Amino acid sequence: MENRSIVSIADYSKEKIQYLLDMAQEFERQPNRTLLHGKVVATLFFEPSTRTRLSFETAANRLGARVIGFADPKITSGTKGETLKDTIKMVSNYADVIVMRHKLEGAALYASEVTDVPIINAGDGSNLHPSQTMLDLYSIYKTQGTLENLNIYMVGDLKYGRTVHSLLMSMRPYNPTFHFIAPKELEMPEEYKDYCKENNIKYIEQQDFTEDTIADADILYMTRVQKERFSDLMEYERVKDAYILRADMLGKCRDNMKILHPLPRVNEIEYDVDESKHAYYFQQAQNGLYAREALICDVLGITLDDIKK
Amino acid sequence: MKNKDLLVAALQNGSVIDHIPTDKLFTIVKLLELEKCDEPVTIGNNLESNKMGKKGLIKVSDKFFTDEDLSRLAVVCPNMRLTVIRDYEVVEKREIVLPDTLINLVKCANPVCITNNEPMKTYFEVDKLKGLVHCHYCGKTQKLGKINLL
Repeated sequence: MENRSIVSIADYSKEKIQYLLDMAQEFERQPNRTLLHGKVVATLFFEPSTRTRLSFETAANRLGARVIGFADPKITSGTKGETLKDTIKMVSNYADVIVMRHKLEGAALYASEVTDVPIINAGDGSNLHPSQTMLDLYSIYKTQGTLENLNIYMVGDLKYGRTVHSLLMSMRPYNPTFHFIAPKELEMPEEYKDYCKENNIKYIEQQDFTEDTIADADILYMTRVQKERFSDLMEYERVKDAYILRADMLGKCRDNMKILHPLPRVNEIEYDVDESKHAYYFQQAQNGLYAREALICDVLGITLDDIKK
Repeated sequence: MKNKDLLVAALQNGSVIDHIPTDKLFTIVKLLELEKCDEPVTIGNNLESNKMGKKGLIKVSDKFFTDEDLSRLAVVCPNMRLTVIRDYEVVEKREIVLPDTLINLVKCANPVCITNNEPMKTYFEVDKLKGLVHCHYCGKTQKLGKINLL
């Protein structure tokens, strides 16, 4: 049987993305279904992540599945020296689908190679996080009515932020224009700029983050500038407040502009922004539920037609 | 030229690796673990070469290298030449080319790659044009000249 695992969605076609967006939309219309009655979903969180785990487990529960798994790697046999392969093989005897988060890069791809049970990558280190990308795409699609020809501004930590890297690659078929706004130490890595060049994706790099520089944005994708990412703490002190979004910076922005953030936020979006019609990060998290319902169904071979029945 | 012919022709059965850059000769010797070889081994360096100026050469009796052996060599030094001799006859002569994939030959430079933390084979795709190798698992790239072999 073909392995339907979702390790990355970076190379998905427009058609496949649209299909998953349509699925997510269908789940938003009615999140509670019994499509997975009798199925077991395993959530293996070798690295803790409350937000992503709760979202996946809620998705599984709302689809009628039973959920097994662990949220804390300290309670697994991994601490006794069990290999990832052995853990995956063992759980494959029990579950119909495995959702896994791991601190090591490439862990999900490897897991998908050692089992026939579909794997959904819920984040492997700083590498990939396709369900986050899917919910980002769904949020953009929902708020803009399209994924085509958008001005997407990415702000903050563009060096280590895997969500911005995954989003950048997934937007490839849609002719986006990216603006990378980041301090020098956290600017977009060369490999992603090369990716843009190779795929004719337009991008502009800038360090200023002001009312004027974000005026043309359709999407403002904020990320956290974390102290521990800086080798030079003087540099951190210099830039830490330069990438904070305040409500008074939204005066010139486009009417359709929405602010996204993968959450959790610390101080990079002031609380006064929450009241703005442009703030969308909490709805974005809610969209994660519908996107994850779509991904779980897709790996189990449940089609859009099945859902609509 | 006469001397070179003699070196190759003197083998009844075995392999000759030629066109080795002089600064890579002893790396190649080490990779092939020739110090453990019981058969006659001839190692020459700084030999005259029309193509390279100077070159190294290794000749091993009764030894036939596997594709895996040769892939390891190609990672360190592409474009060397292999000659295989059986019964004094040259039965194969070819360039040792870098394969498109390297399985369990190269160590990933990314310490948090799964391959460095799990008993498993590494797998790299080779971009010969750019001189890069690309880890199949973590996606990180390394320059060919800077990689570590397993």
